[in-house]
Amino acid sequence: MTLLAAAAAVGEPSCYSRLTNDWFCVQYVKDRQSEIVDATTQHLQITVEAVLLGVLIAFPLALAARRFPRLESSILGVSTGIYTIPSLALFPLLVPFTGLTATTVIIGLALYALTVLVRSMLEGLRSVPGDVRESATGLGYGPGRLLLKVELPLALPVIMAGLRVATVSTVALTTVGSLVAFGGLGNLIKDGVLTNFRAELLTAAVLCVVLAVLLDAVLVVAQWLLTPWTRGPRA
Amino acid sequence: MAADAVDPGTARVNIFTDTWTYLTDWSHWQGDEGLLQLLVQQLLLSVTALAIAVAVGLPVALWLGHLGRGGFLAINISNVGRAVPTFALLALLVTADFPGVTTFGPYGRAGLATLIALALFALPPLITNGYVAVREVPADVRQAADGMGMTGWQKFTRVELPLAVPLIFSGVRLALVQVWATATIAALVAGPGLGRVITDGFFRSNYAKGIAGAVVVAAVALVLELVAGTVQRAVDPTPAAPSRRRGRGKQDPGRTVGEAAEPVGS
Repeated sequence: MTLLAAAAAVGEPSCYSRLTNDWFCVQYVKDRQSEIVDATTQHLQITVEAVLLGVLIAFPLALAARRFPRLESSILGVSTGIYTIPSLALFPLLVPFTGLTATTVIIGLALYALTVLVRSMLEGLRSVPGDVRESATGLGYGPGRLLLKVELPLALPVIMAGLRVATVSTVALTTVGSLVAFGGLGNLIKDGVLTNFRAELLTAAVLCVVLAVLLDAVLVVAQWLLTPWTRGPRA
Repeated sequence: MAADAVDPGTARVNIFTDTWTYLTDWSHWQGDEGLLQLLVQQLLLSVTALAIAVAVGLPVALWLGHLGRGGFLAINISNVGRAVPTFALLALLVTADFPGVTTFGPYGRAGLATLIALALFALPPLITNGYVAVREVPADVRQAADGMGMTGWQKFTRVELPLAVPLIFSGVRLALVQVWATATIAALVAGPGLGRVITDGFFRSNYAKGIAGAVVVAAVALVLELVAGTVQRAVDPTPAAPSRRRGRGKQDPGRTVGEAAEPVGS
């Protein structure tokens, strides 16, 4: 009986063949492992670079908005305006400048991350109590040292909250980069739709969510390590 | 691409002029699959999806906020919605078999898949903002309402709802932006709408067409956002609120996007 079943299994087409087209297929993951790993690596790379670029742009903007209150509404307004543009429209608008490259996707995603990042940085820096700032100044901290040693660490929880939001949504948005052929797992999803390949589609979709959750967990751990004063006997 | 001997600067200028030519050619706007028809299609889809999401999600969120329960759900639905790629969900819906649905109005199966995905993606901002809006009504106002002998329902409709309107509406506005963006992405899975112009242009290396589509989509998105912002200001029952902030009463239309994100993280 078992032998018969085994024989039948050998004769059967694999679970991702056109005939069966299963949603879940371990065989697919095994057979196309390198392709999946490549796509995931590209996805991760694009996401991380985009978020880093977003942070690099957002930080000076947040500082400028805090320093010059007149700029604040225009900085927030412009970043919100960008956020309003659908991702599928933003990437083509960047193509004349950066071509069909990963750079297009990275810049586009970084622009999206800006909205959340600038806001959270501003909120974070504003959440630093005034008396703390005053005591630091009284202790002889200059503006640079005040920012790095006092304000940033205290603003970190709020900034990290924004960073988590930005990272998770960037992971999801990266898939749209498949329009210019640099979408990481999005490329697999697109291929899956075009060829009606369910296993490929679902595997890529699940990996996207897993990647988002993993990166979020990494950020939570990083925050835990960076802010040792927030965990103490109180908790 | 590397074989292109054209100076990139010239190529860029060409693409811009080509895009302009495409956009100003009236024949591209008319007829079947013309820009206008696709625009109307996408607007119809977006509005329908938003209406469905508002009808389904908002009452639940508001009532949960009134009861002060289910906060965990209301907050986390946003996080989940953010982590699931729109594109992946659309792709899954299109590829799955819908029992008995082969045509749905003029849109076909991809149209129904799009509609479902759009409504799903409109829910998180609506639910989170709706819940938070009612929840954030100051406790002393609630107590005053109790003290006046209001029943739970009266308190909900006469006190909490009016005070929650601005934040609820900013959720609707966020959802609108989200829905419009998602409707554009629908084209990647052969759905209806303007995104089709973009994907078509890119898949056939007709970049001027793709970019022209992107310009229209982006312009409509900004117009929708502006209109929603104006409506929001008009329905705000507490217009004097911004003047509390120091300096000129900044309207700051931008504040609303982050508002949905903030209660989530902090």
